[in-house]
Amino acid sequence: MTALPALDRPLALALYREMLLIRRFEERCVELYGAGKIRGFLHLYDGEEAVAVGVMRALEPHDAIVATYREHGQALARGLPLGEVMAELFGKREGSSGGRGGSMHVFDAKRRFFGGNAIVGGGIPVAVGLALADKLLGRENVTVCFFGEGAVAEGEFHESLNLASLWRVPVVFVCENNLYAMGSALDIDEAETDIAAKARGYRMAAERVDGMDVVAVLAAARRAVDIARKGAPCLLEMRTYRFRAHSMFDAQGYRDKDEIERWRERDPLHVVAAAGKASGVLHDEDLGAAEESVRRAVDEAVAFAERGTWEPVEELTRHVTAPRTKRRTP
Amino acid sequence: MTINYRECCKLALRQCLDEEPRAFLMGEDVGAYGGCYAVSKGLLDVYGPDRIRDTPLSESAFVGVGIGAAMNGMRPIVEVMTCNFSLLALDQIINNAATLRHMSGGQLGVPLVIRMATGAGRQLAAQHSHSFEGWYAHIPGVRILAPATLEDARFMLPAALKEPDPVLLFEHVFLYAMEGELDASVRAVDIEHAALRRRGTHLSILTYGASLQKSLSAADALAAEGIDAEVIDLRVLRPLDDAALVDTVKRTHRVLVVDEGWKSGGLSAELMARVCELAFDELDAPPTRVCTAEVPIPYPKHLEDAALPQAATIAAAARRVCGRG
Amino acid sequence: MAELAFAMPALGADMERGRVVRWRVKPGDTIGRGQVIVEVETDKGLIDVECFHDATVMALLVPEGVEVAVGAVIARLDVAGAAPTAEGPRAPPATEPARLPPTSAAPAMPPVATPLGARVIASPLARRRAAALGVDVATVAPGTSGRISAEDVERAAATSTRERDPKEAMRRAIAAAMAKSKREIPHYYLWQSVDVTDALAWLTAHNARRPVTERVLFGALVARAVARAAAAAPEMNGAYLEGAVRSSLEVHLGFATAQRGGGLVAPALLDAHTLDVDAMMSAIADVVARVKSGGLKSREMSAGTITLTALGELGVDGVLPVIQPPQLAIVGAGRVTERPWVVGGAVVVRSVLTLSLAADHRASDGHRGARFLQNIVKNLVPPEAP
Ligand SMILES: Cc1ncc(C[n+]2csc(CCOP(=O)(O)OP(=O)(O)O)c2C)c(N)n1
Repeated sequence: MTALPALDRPLALALYREMLLIRRFEERCVELYGAGKIRGFLHLYDGEEAVAVGVMRALEPHDAIVATYREHGQALARGLPLGEVMAELFGKREGSSGGRGGSMHVFDAKRRFFGGNAIVGGGIPVAVGLALADKLLGRENVTVCFFGEGAVAEGEFHESLNLASLWRVPVVFVCENNLYAMGSALDIDEAETDIAAKARGYRMAAERVDGMDVVAVLAAARRAVDIARKGAPCLLEMRTYRFRAHSMFDAQGYRDKDEIERWRERDPLHVVAAAGKASGVLHDEDLGAAEESVRRAVDEAVAFAERGTWEPVEELTRHVTAPRTKRRTP
Repeated sequence: MTINYRECCKLALRQCLDEEPRAFLMGEDVGAYGGCYAVSKGLLDVYGPDRIRDTPLSESAFVGVGIGAAMNGMRPIVEVMTCNFSLLALDQIINNAATLRHMSGGQLGVPLVIRMATGAGRQLAAQHSHSFEGWYAHIPGVRILAPATLEDARFMLPAALKEPDPVLLFEHVFLYAMEGELDASVRAVDIEHAALRRRGTHLSILTYGASLQKSLSAADALAAEGIDAEVIDLRVLRPLDDAALVDTVKRTHRVLVVDEGWKSGGLSAELMARVCELAFDELDAPPTRVCTAEVPIPYPKHLEDAALPQAATIAAAARRVCGRG
Repeated sequence: MAELAFAMPALGADMERGRVVRWRVKPGDTIGRGQVIVEVETDKGLIDVECFHDATVMALLVPEGVEVAVGAVIARLDVAGAAPTAEGPRAPPATEPARLPPTSAAPAMPPVATPLGARVIASPLARRRAAALGVDVATVAPGTSGRISAEDVERAAATSTRERDPKEAMRRAIAAAMAKSKREIPHYYLWQSVDVTDALAWLTAHNARRPVTERVLFGALVARAVARAAAAAPEMNGAYLEGAVRSSLEVHLGFATAQRGGGLVAPALLDAHTLDVDAMMSAIADVVARVKSGGLKSREMSAGTITLTALGELGVDGVLPVIQPPQLAIVGAGRVTERPWVVGGAVVVRSVLTLSLAADHRASDGHRGARFLQNIVKNLVPPEAP
């Protein structure tokens, strides 16, 4: 087992700033949603930032990522330009997906970010396929697939884990177990709530991780990516929590306020800040400076999105099938 | 008293649960969460977890479970959050629910009702905005309902629960908030016939679901120009009410189909084909249609609006059908 | 080579339509600048239309007799060495007031009847209406859609009854109605020679007591007899519409009347079954006068439930008539002649008339027809005292 990485100053600063960026970006999204700039469903990652930030840091640029409708965190941690992600949420042409996808469908092929899938479990077999292609083409790439614990109830989860293990493809399944699938608590949905145990049932390595501790996530991700690069699938069950509603708003009758407060004490931003301060690599001024730079970055992203343009209605039926290139006459 | 479509759906559920002891509701987040469109909100407290049954995200499994329970004496009402997710249960719906009676030589019936939301208009992008009711209407063995009015939202479900065969009921997401007066004289509705929602003489607009309201407002606009449009709410998409189609075409001689589904191979195509087969000699213009553009529904509002049938595009098509465009 | 679309020219500021009366050229002809190529009839009269190019005629698109709007292409010419242009009015003259946008079926393209030989594009309903109204769809100009609609047919039917040449219009209407009749109605025919000596005697006695102007003609007796018999024969009196017999309770007896200068109308003697001999006579005198002078009412033209055609004046012995659609029957009467006739075993001279019946076999059969004829005979001698 790889030991916890040393939390040196550059790493601590980077992890903190990346998580803060996601947090502040999404807070702005809420505001912009209220203002009508962003519409549709908007699933926030508030509380779960450590998972995306920790896992992405363990990946190489050529590795592939598949995420869900709750993918702003993964997109930003993967380094998608902030302005393009915001423009996507606005539906502008300059958005990551040209504005066609919105919040749930952020794509960036250049960065091997295979999107935003909004059908629960829909991305899991696709990730296995991406990894299978890498394997068949002899590339040493890994595919990471994010999904919620709710998806574990879908047949596609089980079918995919079986295939991945059977064919030994380089995929890392990252289950973001935030305890609730919309309003359904894990133990309402699952007879066996130990998700890592399910994966082991398919004969793959699996680990349960403290998803509120970015350093622990990073360490686990490095171990998992190592395994995958050697040609075997594995699964990480990230124990995490969303502080807000499932989508923009719900009555949250399915959980206690207290429970949310208890989890807030383990806010991944606090956790990493406390660890950094305790080991003397982070200081209050760093946190202030991070706030300042993040605020500027988010401002710029919003300005970029505002400046963005609407795709003309005449182009409505673009991107349905590949454009037909004229066949050259011999 | 004003009431909205969502509340009508809830009253319908309550009537089913009150009158039919074998009925139970099953689906994702129907219990504690109250249903993703809040249709079953509060019902868990009234009927308890056996009759308001939360399921995991296992569409294929819980629809299949509904089929088994229906064959074995229960009267399940299965809620699939939206028709987009019903694709995960397509195998169960088509290969089991729709087919068992026939395969078993008539021995088995599947008295199952599946409710699901359908349609676009809320900027939910491509994976959450499909309209598959026309697709399902392709399948023999199921009855397809599309309540477009408060009365139908209120009374179609109880009628469906009495059916001996599977019924798929499509509630349009855009209609849940529609408010109005529930006609107190209506105590039940049939699930056999199309309904004439507006009488007219110059053309017949054949439509259903959320497109009904759009068609009615188009008809109002047209009336101001002297075009008198008849509006038919299909209500039952399978089996189609052929007599109503012929009847209206005989009156107006012109047909405009408005369907939120895609054009190619869709319900609109079926309707136009039937009109031609059954009332060709009555036609004074080629049947025309307004459908959703052949594109997965895009996220931005202006593109989504452009993709879907709208009152303005319906009115424009109606003018063309009447030779005035 | 350059193609030129030759359009119906505006031959006056108020001209909207023109009828192609006669083509003076045919496809393949070479024509010179200034040559008359077509005679066009307008409200102002017949006008020779010339071409302003040296050209070869490629196609004539509008048949003779058909009316089209100004601007409608009526011929295609091949103009040697010229750039393709359109001949004919391009924009309305500056003095013409701008037109209000039309409210109904506004033709964006000028409406044109279907060119000779081209497939006629008409809606199914339009074809049905055209058949019912006796309109040839090929002569109907489509609205904006480019397809002939039922409304276009109805408009054409309405204008064709207001045609400028009444003779021609009448001939066309008769042609359409009779062709339809023969095409659709399965006629059967019965005839019978009838001894009308008693009826003529009655008439002579009746007329003896009247001034010349009030004398009753034999035709009125026949008309009365037919009307009475028709009132008791639902399968002879009424219409056949949309596959069903619609009997009429009233008898409106169409009275076939020749028009001066050709043509034929059969205005209805309304409620003929209620008229006594004198009333019948004055009803007949009235419509015949109005056939000559004009002033027939549209109801009289459309209300007929059965028709009588009497051609005896012209010396024919009998007539096998054609039913007026959608009526069910028509009765024919020839001339009254003196003939040897057997009465009580002896040959005597009697006045004999040949009555005939053509009836719609969909509504009745020969048996009923024979009874109907019998009934007419029975009614020939009025019960009223002379
Ligand atoms: C197949 C399918 N069924 C239902 C839904 C509706 N839905 C969207 S998110 C969600 C809950 C998913 O929970 P989980 O997988 O735990 O992920 P989380 O939202 O907690 O990140 C549901 C039921 C869907 N999108 N797809």
